[in-house]
Amino acid sequence: MPRQFFKFNGGVMPADHKAASTSLPIAEFAALASLPGELVIPLQQGNGGSLRALVEAGTQVLKGQRIGVGYDDTGTAVHASTSGLVKAVEMRRMPHPSGLSALCVVIAPDGEERWITRTPFDYRRAGLAATRDYLRDAGVLVGGDFGATGQLATLVINGAESEPRITCDDMLMRERADGVIQGIAILREVLRASEVLIGIEDNQPEAIAAMRAALAKRGAENTQVAAVPACYPTGNARLLIRVLTGIEVPHSRRFADYGVECFDTSTAYAIYQAITLGQPMVSRIVTVAGNVERPRNIEAPLGVPLRALLALCGPQADTNRVIMGGPMMGMTMPGDEVPVVKTTHCVLAGSPALFPPPPPEMPCIRCGDCARACPADLQPFELYSFARARQFGKAQEYHLFDCIECGCCTYVCPSKIPLVDYYRFAKSEILARQRDQEFADAARERYQFRLLRAEREKQEKAARLATKAAAAHAPTAEDAKDAKDTKKALIAAAIARARQQKEQVTPANIDALTPEQRAEIAKIEARREALQSSAKTAPPQDE
Amino acid sequence: MSNHAPYIRQPASVRSIMLKVLAALLPGIAAYVWWFGAGVLVQIALASAAALAGEAAMLALRRKPLWLFLGDGSALVTAWLIALCFPADGPWWLVVAAALFAIVAVKHFFGGLGRNAFNPAMAAYCLMLVVTPQWMSESQSPVAGQEWQWVALGYLLGGLWLIRQRVITWHIPTAFLVALTAIAGGFHVFNPAAYAGVEFYLLSNSAMLGAFFIATDPVTGATTPRGKLFYAGGIAVLTWSIREFDIYPDGIALATLLMNSCAPLIDRCTQPPVFGNKIEPPAA
Amino acid sequence: MNAILIMALGAALLGVALRYVPVKRKVDEAVLAEQIDALLPQTQCGQCGYPGCKPYATAIAKGEADINQCPPGGTDGIHKLAELLGRKFKPLNTEHGVEKPKAVAFIDEAVCIGCTLCIQACPVDAIVGAAKQMHTIIAPLCTGCELCVPPCPVDCISMLPVAVSVDTWKWQYPVFEIKPAATTATATKQQSA
Ligand code: SF4
Ligand code: SF4
Ligand code: SF4
Repeated sequence: MPRQFFKFNGGVMPADHKAASTSLPIAEFAALASLPGELVIPLQQGNGGSLRALVEAGTQVLKGQRIGVGYDDTGTAVHASTSGLVKAVEMRRMPHPSGLSALCVVIAPDGEERWITRTPFDYRRAGLAATRDYLRDAGVLVGGDFGATGQLATLVINGAESEPRITCDDMLMRERADGVIQGIAILREVLRASEVLIGIEDNQPEAIAAMRAALAKRGAENTQVAAVPACYPTGNARLLIRVLTGIEVPHSRRFADYGVECFDTSTAYAIYQAITLGQPMVSRIVTVAGNVERPRNIEAPLGVPLRALLALCGPQADTNRVIMGGPMMGMTMPGDEVPVVKTTHCVLAGSPALFPPPPPEMPCIRCGDCARACPADLQPFELYSFARARQFGKAQEYHLFDCIECGCCTYVCPSKIPLVDYYRFAKSEILARQRDQEFADAARERYQFRLLRAEREKQEKAARLATKAAAAHAPTAEDAKDAKDTKKALIAAAIARARQQKEQVTPANIDALTPEQRAEIAKIEARREALQSSAKTAPPQDE
Repeated sequence: MSNHAPYIRQPASVRSIMLKVLAALLPGIAAYVWWFGAGVLVQIALASAAALAGEAAMLALRRKPLWLFLGDGSALVTAWLIALCFPADGPWWLVVAAALFAIVAVKHFFGGLGRNAFNPAMAAYCLMLVVTPQWMSESQSPVAGQEWQWVALGYLLGGLWLIRQRVITWHIPTAFLVALTAIAGGFHVFNPAAYAGVEFYLLSNSAMLGAFFIATDPVTGATTPRGKLFYAGGIAVLTWSIREFDIYPDGIALATLLMNSCAPLIDRCTQPPVFGNKIEPPAA
Repeated sequence: MNAILIMALGAALLGVALRYVPVKRKVDEAVLAEQIDALLPQTQCGQCGYPGCKPYATAIAKGEADINQCPPGGTDGIHKLAELLGRKFKPLNTEHGVEKPKAVAFIDEAVCIGCTLCIQACPVDAIVGAAKQMHTIIAPLCTGCELCVPPCPVDCISMLPVAVSVDTWKWQYPVFEIKPAATTATATKQQSA
């Protein structure tokens, strides 16, 4: 039954180059090569939160063992993606365009791949809240408000991988459709969705066929595979929801407010692995493409360096950059040693021939091509002129934050203006200012409270003195001078003590401590040292 | 410093857009030459040379990359429009002066490509109208006539091709022609003796040139879909009023300049709703 | 000729309409001081010559102080003040100090004698400690005003610049290059893979 699709405005259709990486099946990393000497698992999450390490240097870990959890109950856990020894918990360069470092767990694999005991999770018995917690602890990124709003009208499964060159979801659906369908069935049951729509772009006929076949075999009701018209950026969750259901969820609202929810096929598969197989998220399928001889999809353990992935596909000699993500939205990585993380769909090797430097930027001629290409219905050239002039208030009035950074506007601009660069700049600038403002407001509050307290203390003291004076003799100037002198003497003595200490800083009262307590103290000292030196040496970061 | 995403770009450039506009003018020019002789070609050549010279001089003065901007073709578009609007039998210096004024004063004093607030060709036309009215009015002004209909048809063809090529959208030409038909037709029916008929407007040289090539200049016009309708409608109404109530036979230049000055306001008032805000969102 | 006149008139009218700025209401001084205070960085460092941001705000509102005296607010801050007050931007008055990257205080806890002098100096309650106990700075609360540095009798407080993290990193202003095509080819030199 052909479905009626809805349209969004704009979008572009660049050449998709998908065939290149779909000719070879998905390969396990371990089947192609042995694991590299170390796996690096960041304790930093994409959305800004950081995690608390559960291990330290020297801990022996099993594959699937939890090594980092959130400080509160929103952070998604991370796991050891192989068995081995924790070499260090230290600052490593992040897979982030800034090239900055964050705390990471570094694991030296022992090559034995010993798993933790894997037990399936009975989500039917556990109920929604416990299932959400279980998925969070199993490292599946489902979002904090997972199932928070009761019943869903439509559950949208995002198999529309619209960005050129990326084929990881396509291949996942072709080869592991059954697992994906089981994951979807779990999601549907847990979220109590009345209908499930699996959106797959119509240029992926094999994936559509495989999913339909798996669906027929499992016999899930009210679940449909919808072949949506291929057009970039249909793979954006908001746009796919629009295409399949006609609902437009504005930037400022959650999907659940509109009775819909959207998950990636890879998330559905991870849920299947976590719940049915009892396996936390320790690997993901990554498309390796671009300037390589054998583009293909590889199931890579989280934490392997991109370099190792590229090496399996034969990078060409003129490769000059590594991009995480696709050619429309991918980020240029600071180096090729950064690790694969949970959001790494694709690794592209770039070369000057493949992704040439853009032609020189010309002034905007207000041709409106960008506005016609923008799927968020923005006026990109207006945003551009405001961002360029740093008129951030104006830019927000013109809905800067509704921009999904899809890059369509930059793609079509005849003047070759790097429009999205301006939006990213303006957004991060605005967010920084908001942070500063919040900080300043909090500081003002504390300052005012302090003034208040000082005032109160003065009054209390005056009251005390008054009662004292009434009881005994009034304090004389002599007394006050005395008090000052003793105070001075005391401070002088303390200074002398401190000088001594400075020369030979040995903490007192440590003789009677147990070795564990001493080790603890040593560790704290080391941490403090590290903090101090890192803060001292960290240069102001510039790109 | 490397560039960021997206790493791929569509091939269209300012230059390719301008070249398409020039190509779209060719059928009209061909009809012009067929009916009125090759004089207009000389005018075009003179205007082009003057515009390019002016552009080069200004770019050099402003220390802008010469070949990049000279090659973008925008000066040529201005020059051709000037040559086609001006009387073909005017003196040679008329178009030269107009082209120089358009490029130097109207385009570059405002900041060059993309920054000019007024349509350079139309501003130059107005200036010449004021400075040398004798040359502008006594010549074969572009009125409707058997021959002009063919030229107009040529422009129409070129314009439709531009729409197909997605260089311009349908909004401005349609709104312009519809508004012109409505107002001219309305008054003509009301008082045929005092007001000229619809065909007088539609089939004149300037209406088609204006609808497809002048009002559609993106830099100086409105850019939102709704804004374009108001903008082009405004030009049509002003063109008609200036023509009917004033001394100038050809009001489109003044009308365009007037609406140019309204374009930012029109744009500001006609911002389309963004994704998700087209209907009232449900309560939280 | 009257068409030209019409046009000139129209253009002038529109120009006025476009540039139309709502006439600033005369606000009363206390309210204005609040508004100014909201724009100041609340570092409470006193470099402006007043004992805190609010007094400085009040002084500006009264017209006693200029808008370019707050080094922590820096150029951005002066721009904001200029916009609020409808005045012209002027560069920071270097008599009051220079703009520098944000830093937070750090107490060398091994040397601290617990004299509580720094606690008394801190305007924003960012130091914890008690008499004769080691003191420490709550870094996320520290505004970097440096007021605690001079009172410390054993000089154990130092100012450490705040390092950028992945969460606070900002995208750069896109380089604005209009160059002949030949020179841009060399511009993309990247770390090779
Ligand atoms: S596509 Fe480029 S030139 Fe055209 S309006 Fe948008 S920013 Fe300006
Ligand atoms: S990057 Fe932003 S402005 Fe540009 S097309 Fe995409 S959503 Fe629109
Ligand atoms: S100089 Fe210091 S005290 Fe004065 S306004 Fe600025 S931050 Fe506040």
